[in-house]
Amino acid sequence: MPAAPGAWARFFDGDVWHSFRSSPMAIGSAVVALVCVFCALFAPWVAPHNPFDLATLELSDSMLPPAWMDGGQAKYLLGTDEQGRDVFSALMYGARISLLIGGASVIVSVLVGVSLGLLAGYAGGKIDAFIMRVCDVMLSFPSILIALLIAGVGRALFPQAHDSLAFGVLILAIALPGWVQYARTVRGSTMVERNKEYVQAARVVGVSPLRIMRRHVLPNVLGPVLVLATIHVATAIQTEATLSFLGVGVSPTSPSLGTFINEGNKQLFSGAWWLVIFPGSMLVLIALSMNLFGDWLRDALNPRLR
Amino acid sequence: MKLKPTLLSLALAVACGLAQAVTLRVSNQGDVQSMDPHSLNESLQLSFTGNVYESLIERDKKMALTPLLATKWTQQSPTVWRFELRQGVTFHDGSAFNADDVVFTFKRAAGEGSDMKGYTNPIKAVRKVSDFVVDIETTSPYPILPDTLTTLGMMSKKWCEENKAEQPVDRRKGIENTASFKANGTGPFRLKERQPSVRTVLVRNFNYRSKIESNVDEIVFTPIGNDATRVAALLSGETDVMEPVPLQDVERIKGAGNITVLQGPELRTIFLGMDQKRDELLFSSVKGKNPFKDVRVRRAFYQAIDIETIKSRVMRGASVPSALMVGAAVRGYQADMNKRLPYDTEAAKKLLADAGYPNGFEVGMNCPNDRYVNDSAICQAVAANLARIGVKVNLQAETKVSYFPKILRRDTSFYLLGWTPSTVDSHDVLVAIMGTPNDKGQGQFNLGAYSNPKLDELTAKIQSETDDKKRNEMIREAFKIHSDDVGHIPLHQQALAWAYSNKVSLTQLPNNYMNFKWITLKAK
Repeated sequence: MPAAPGAWARFFDGDVWHSFRSSPMAIGSAVVALVCVFCALFAPWVAPHNPFDLATLELSDSMLPPAWMDGGQAKYLLGTDEQGRDVFSALMYGARISLLIGGASVIVSVLVGVSLGLLAGYAGGKIDAFIMRVCDVMLSFPSILIALLIAGVGRALFPQAHDSLAFGVLILAIALPGWVQYARTVRGSTMVERNKEYVQAARVVGVSPLRIMRRHVLPNVLGPVLVLATIHVATAIQTEATLSFLGVGVSPTSPSLGTFINEGNKQLFSGAWWLVIFPGSMLVLIALSMNLFGDWLRDALNPRLR
Repeated sequence: MKLKPTLLSLALAVACGLAQAVTLRVSNQGDVQSMDPHSLNESLQLSFTGNVYESLIERDKKMALTPLLATKWTQQSPTVWRFELRQGVTFHDGSAFNADDVVFTFKRAAGEGSDMKGYTNPIKAVRKVSDFVVDIETTSPYPILPDTLTTLGMMSKKWCEENKAEQPVDRRKGIENTASFKANGTGPFRLKERQPSVRTVLVRNFNYRSKIESNVDEIVFTPIGNDATRVAALLSGETDVMEPVPLQDVERIKGAGNITVLQGPELRTIFLGMDQKRDELLFSSVKGKNPFKDVRVRRAFYQAIDIETIKSRVMRGASVPSALMVGAAVRGYQADMNKRLPYDTEAAKKLLADAGYPNGFEVGMNCPNDRYVNDSAICQAVAANLARIGVKVNLQAETKVSYFPKILRRDTSFYLLGWTPSTVDSHDVLVAIMGTPNDKGQGQFNLGAYSNPKLDELTAKIQSETDDKKRNEMIREAFKIHSDDVGHIPLHQQALAWAYSNKVSLTQLPNNYMNFKWITLKAK
């Protein structure tokens, strides 16, 4: 692969990498985000227990405090919940679900949003007006309401949905209200790009509109989309947490971070603080690091701020 | 001009009235499903509507039968009972209560959509003798008839007809009518405001025929699903009475100093049911056959459950593991038969292998998460227990608002339910839970359609047997059949836990009924 070293070298030589190295916030948030993603991806190998394998749960080990407190056990570093799940492992597995749902829903909304935005911006006229009115309608509803509606309808349609199907519904529920931002952003940039010389040149040569959109306009409007996506992952995780907290999320036997916080919340008064603090901090860590990284990326990629 | 002073004094009177009004704020983990007293045969439902709609007979503080809308009842013959009705009783809309309303109520409760058919099923006819005398004839001798009439709220014939509420609200089909949102009973409290899942307000019926113990003018009932929020609301004084108390918070609440936690044994038995009727389970990996039809599978599930650990960990000691479908306070309870099959994972595995499932199978499970004490946690623990014998449980825990309609439609393979025999007699359980379901109300809550004709035969005999000793023998036999068949998997009797501010004095009944007329609130 001769192109790869060149591309890497150019990247390390470029402004973005320089800006990254000189920004402690960017480095810090990237490291934290990477550690979280790593733990989540490799949870089955990293985590000491598998909290989703119900057969290994020891009910008699339930509600143990973290290892350094009285009554804590070394094998349960951050304590256990009321089913005897190891909190430390459950955090990793929970983050896995949260990131999976967050990531997948962002991909879905990017796909939908970018293609509709491109179409609206490039075609203009009635198509543009129609797509933008649909966007307006979507924006006039609070996104959590739309998500609740979809999750509710999905549950009603597939009452005994298996976990995988429930995931699908959840991803859709979070993705659907999310695509509007992408469509708007991409449409704006596309309208600018459409009238530039290179697009007109392509049109004169007789390149099909689809190809122009894909090969010529798309690469030039993708910058802001990437930035938006990083921030959106964090939002999506929070939405998933909210939905699970409201009880339309994933099954209680395979808790995501949101379900975990919801369960832990019930124990707030009984002194089992570790069931709320740890999953809560984990969620904050993931969301915060991704947000900060997205913020930095926006600044770094924006030529006007440089 | 003349009107003005009148208006002013009226406004003043209202203002003073509001200032002095004694308001009791009650919270529960779930909402009452409907205001219709015949729509759902569930304790919270009947307990709440019981404050608005009165039955012929009620239970006093010691659970003994006392007259309410009937003043006297006598047995004319083995199958005919004569009820003398209280005179001078009026409904909240001012119309008088008489025998026509009683006849109408029994017809309504026996009709389409009613969830009270289990109580009306043994009744052949209800006849008006005079305006205040009613005869109830049963199909066969039915010695416990008065016990079964304590939860059947009397409705006004005229009101129901005017409001097109002649048929009960049917939760299964989602059919609602005026009776869901409005109420017109004879009780000491009347319905002022109904906002499902938000709040329900009752006000004192000042036209009530007699003085009641309570000094409460207004009751605000708020469902608060989240345990911590419910506790916080009580601790901060936002509510006065709360049930159930989350077991993990009992110590914390007792420590607050100004709150009483009242724990008592409850009649309710928590159990698991399995679909034994369908030839193929709705939600399972096994296709073409139903594993629950095999008694070995049911027994394997039973023996896989570690009830003692569930008691000590999930229930924090506040439960009594049970081998019977009735608790110790219920008539017909058999102390010597209350021995659970041993908890034995190996034996359970072997039973499953013998039945042809050496690697287990997958099954869907339905569970409420706001109905019984720690219900969803119990289901999760059961799912973990079953995982050890290779059974993969796909657990769906949901709020009772969607849970009850679903399981009552029998859209379930495996479910958790609790049952309080409202007659405080084993017969109630034999009919509603263990009886073969039919369209006459038998087996109404036998959602897995467990069926054994021998047990049904015994139940019919128990219903009309007047000799206590013989009756007891038959109950024993019926229980034995049910245990041998593992018709259901009994888990435990949960402990009741209410918490209330020290300003409140109240009476807790073992059937978990909260009678507002027995609650008094001290002024601050």
